[in-house]
Amino acid sequence: MMRRMKAIDKKIFRNLWEMKGQALAIALVIASGIATFVMSLSTLDSLQTTRASFYSDYRFGDGFASLKRAPNRIASQVEAIDGIDTVETRVAAFVNLEIVGYERPVTAKLLSVPEGAPAQLNKLYLRIGSLPDPAREDQVAVSEAFADAHRFVPGDTLFAMINGRRKELTIVGIVLSPEFVYQIAPGSMIPDFAAYGILWMGEAALSKAYDLSGAFNDLSFTLVPRAASADIIDRVDTILEPYGGQGAYLREDQLSHRFLSEEFRQLRQMSIMFPMMFLGVAAFLLNVVISRLIQMQREQIAALKAFGYSNLAVGLHYLKLVLVIVLLGVIGGTLLGMEFGQAMSNMYMRFYKFPYLDYVLRPIVVLGAILISSVAAVLGNVYAVRQAASLPPAEAMRPAPPANYRVSIVERLGLRRFLTQPTRMVIRHIERTPVKSGLTVLGIAFGCAILILGLFFNDAMAVLVDVQFFQTQREDVSVTLVEPTSYRAAHELRSLPGVGRVEVYRTVPSRLRFQQREYRVAIQGIEAGGDLLRLLDDDLNPVPIPEDGIVLTDHLAKILGCRPGDSVTVEVLDGHRPVLTVPVARVIKQFVGVTATMDLNALSRLLGQGSAVTGAYLSVDANAEAETLSALQARPRVAGTAALRSQMQNFLSTVGNQMLTFAFFNTLLAVSIAFGVVYNSARISLSEQSRELASLRVLGLTRGEISYILLAELGILTLIAIPVGWLIGLGLCAFVATGMQTDLFRIPFVVSSFTFTFAAVVILVSAVVSGVVVRRKLDDLDLIEALKTPE
Amino acid sequence: MPSPSCTTERDLVFRARGVTKVYDMGEVQVHALRGVDLDLFAGELVVLLGPSGSGKSTLLNILGGLDTASEGEVSYHDRILTSASERELTEYRRVHVGFVFQFYNLIPSLTARENVAIVTEIAPDPMTPEESLELVGLGDRMDHFPAQLSGGQQQRVAIARAIAKRPAVLLCDEPTGALDSTTGILVLEALERVNRELGTTTAIITHNADIAAMADRVVRLVDGRIAETTTNTHKKAPQELHW
Repeated sequence: MMRRMKAIDKKIFRNLWEMKGQALAIALVIASGIATFVMSLSTLDSLQTTRASFYSDYRFGDGFASLKRAPNRIASQVEAIDGIDTVETRVAAFVNLEIVGYERPVTAKLLSVPEGAPAQLNKLYLRIGSLPDPAREDQVAVSEAFADAHRFVPGDTLFAMINGRRKELTIVGIVLSPEFVYQIAPGSMIPDFAAYGILWMGEAALSKAYDLSGAFNDLSFTLVPRAASADIIDRVDTILEPYGGQGAYLREDQLSHRFLSEEFRQLRQMSIMFPMMFLGVAAFLLNVVISRLIQMQREQIAALKAFGYSNLAVGLHYLKLVLVIVLLGVIGGTLLGMEFGQAMSNMYMRFYKFPYLDYVLRPIVVLGAILISSVAAVLGNVYAVRQAASLPPAEAMRPAPPANYRVSIVERLGLRRFLTQPTRMVIRHIERTPVKSGLTVLGIAFGCAILILGLFFNDAMAVLVDVQFFQTQREDVSVTLVEPTSYRAAHELRSLPGVGRVEVYRTVPSRLRFQQREYRVAIQGIEAGGDLLRLLDDDLNPVPIPEDGIVLTDHLAKILGCRPGDSVTVEVLDGHRPVLTVPVARVIKQFVGVTATMDLNALSRLLGQGSAVTGAYLSVDANAEAETLSALQARPRVAGTAALRSQMQNFLSTVGNQMLTFAFFNTLLAVSIAFGVVYNSARISLSEQSRELASLRVLGLTRGEISYILLAELGILTLIAIPVGWLIGLGLCAFVATGMQTDLFRIPFVVSSFTFTFAAVVILVSAVVSGVVVRRKLDDLDLIEALKTPE
Repeated sequence: MPSPSCTTERDLVFRARGVTKVYDMGEVQVHALRGVDLDLFAGELVVLLGPSGSGKSTLLNILGGLDTASEGEVSYHDRILTSASERELTEYRRVHVGFVFQFYNLIPSLTARENVAIVTEIAPDPMTPEESLELVGLGDRMDHFPAQLSGGQQQRVAIARAIAKRPAVLLCDEPTGALDSTTGILVLEALERVNRELGTTTAIITHNADIAAMADRVVRLVDGRIAETTTNTHKKAPQELHW
């Protein structure tokens, strides 16, 4: 049988009902904080869980290696290495594709699927259709991202230049692979699902086409648990070196995995920073609001004590009241956060190609949310109840003596005679309770600050795009060549239709080392005096490429812990694999990617080879771009071309989109927090001053006149809060910009005047709306009640 | 009809006829006034006497434009208060009525002078705050905040605030209710002086029968009705009162 609810507990619900507007506003603030928290953490958890299960179910390799050509028996030598579990070899090639009805250049990685036995490693998830027949050289399976971009269905065809011969291929299946969750072309910073795809073909057919029968040029392996991975890489390299090995690497350096990890790392930073700030602000507000609410119940507290309730019982009573509000907020916030979290996860699924998504909301996340908001509420509660309960009941029930006021500083400065009585009331009221006024200002300021933080991503993204795509990379088209070619290639490219400037470059895959730190990066040699790829100093002014030494992006210099003047060790992962020492000539500013740059001649001198080039940047007449692209594609030595404009669009639609979606949700929640704060402040002021205001109404002041007294205070506090909020917002942005630095990109610390204005406008609008609501409450002011009751 | 001899020649200020007030308290109806007829004349000092719940505050609130009657008519000079709009009532209170309350209802953030000024600033023909504070004997406390004044002094500031606009009527709801007798008498003196010197029609609500002795006329309310109206042939000065 249910026990009857105690009278004191009924009071909780009655009180809640009386203050339903405020209770809802507080719950809204908590819900917003919790929603960000749940959204971020559940998205992150879901992606990580999904990745982990996809990796293990489809046996993603622990290590990888590419080489020129090795007979199949070498594989067993690799497998014999202590610590290696399974080895699988295959044939891999980069090919140019032609797709009917698609103008832009397309390249693909072509991989073999083993015949006979099913694949041991990097297994394929078949979305639709079938895997290619091992013997058929005209069948392929394609990656889902690529298929989606071109709307391929099984049965569609495309053309590939396989080892110099144009072949028609039929798509038989659409697949996903743990190796290509993040499908990005090597050397590229941004995925372009239409321009780069992954194709799988039967091993017999593919090795025949590349004269690799009985041999392989690519392998992956798994390790036994707790294997000494660094040693193993060295031993694999030793075995493969005679066969043109290009350096084995572990999963952490695998392209898709590394990008994914970087993105997850970034997401984790956002998932922790944002909700912490939101919840922090929500907790703070809760604290302020609750303590003021309880202060206003002083008489009731006295009455309860007079009946014999202990301080503890009274405290628990209010604690329950607060926890009901917190619970409302937590439930609402969790549900909202789950909605948003699923939306966010689905958005990520458009970029990360997992076969399925496990949406996970760990109970600990919800528990954490409850804990944080409850602690905040309890702290606010304890302080306020202790204060209210400290008075002996009789004293608390007597009319409170008039509050002590004094002439305000503003007035003492000689402005007194210019101020009307209502204005004096407003100023003295603010001044009398500096802590309370300060907390209100701080609360509104926090609302303003998180708005700035939400919008900051827009600003940062705009600067990032401008710096990367208009000031650093200024080419229209970039061209990659099949293999290092002599400098004469530049002349050839210049003769193509529509081509203006041509600036050649050379990339050399390397490992940079400084002290104990290292980083795998392709060193790019560029021509001196170039204009299509520019290096920018800290103030974003272009600087020339130094004649000697290596130039590092600021992020890479930080990873390696080196400064200009230090010397880094360059381990070339190509050709004779020389190990060289190169001085760091300069550190440059770059927000996207990680690069190491040298003067082209200096790089060639260093490698002791002639001036070979591996690619070029072109400026192309906009009207002739299509013509130029098709002319480029017809060149057999051109491995790939990329148009900058589509790269930029890609950037905005992937990385940019993700951040902006996140920012959009956050802005939405920030707006609701801002409104919750302002509204609560207005409501509390109203309750605190209702008796005074009613007295003034009785004396003949109009509604407009008393509204002024109440709303002017809110107005003044809001106006003070806005610049304070700007400052706090700047601080938060700086904190985020410093925290969110990944290899993929760094967030520039720029806040536009639009952001400041927008945040201020939202706060002002919240203030006006709250003002209107409160103003309407003033109309219901009970004049007679105010006269009967002592304060 | 009450028409005391001492006021027959004077103007009629308030005229209440059949005033009824019913409060709807959910399922219960509370009859605060059950058909009250009352006339108040210019310059008289009337004490409304009655136990709590007798309806005296409700009557005063209706006269002061703070509440509306459920039935009946109240007029102030030519103005029918019972049909006035909220805006008209505000204007009425602003210009014509001065209120004094049991709990003073001073604005704690304003000094004595400023508490008066907040009313004189919006009144058409006020006296200065200084004049009205002198009148209640607080010429030396003008720049004190309410927290720096005793209860009696606060109530006198409230009186000064009520009379500074030179209202036609002064309505006082238990003005001495929160004060000891010595202080209460000081407050009554101030009210008597205002009534005498300015000729302000004054209505004082009290449950304290001893105060009735200072009135021109005493109206006793019981259970929402006027039980008795008496005219004092010999008014006592407040100093002569004690309770």
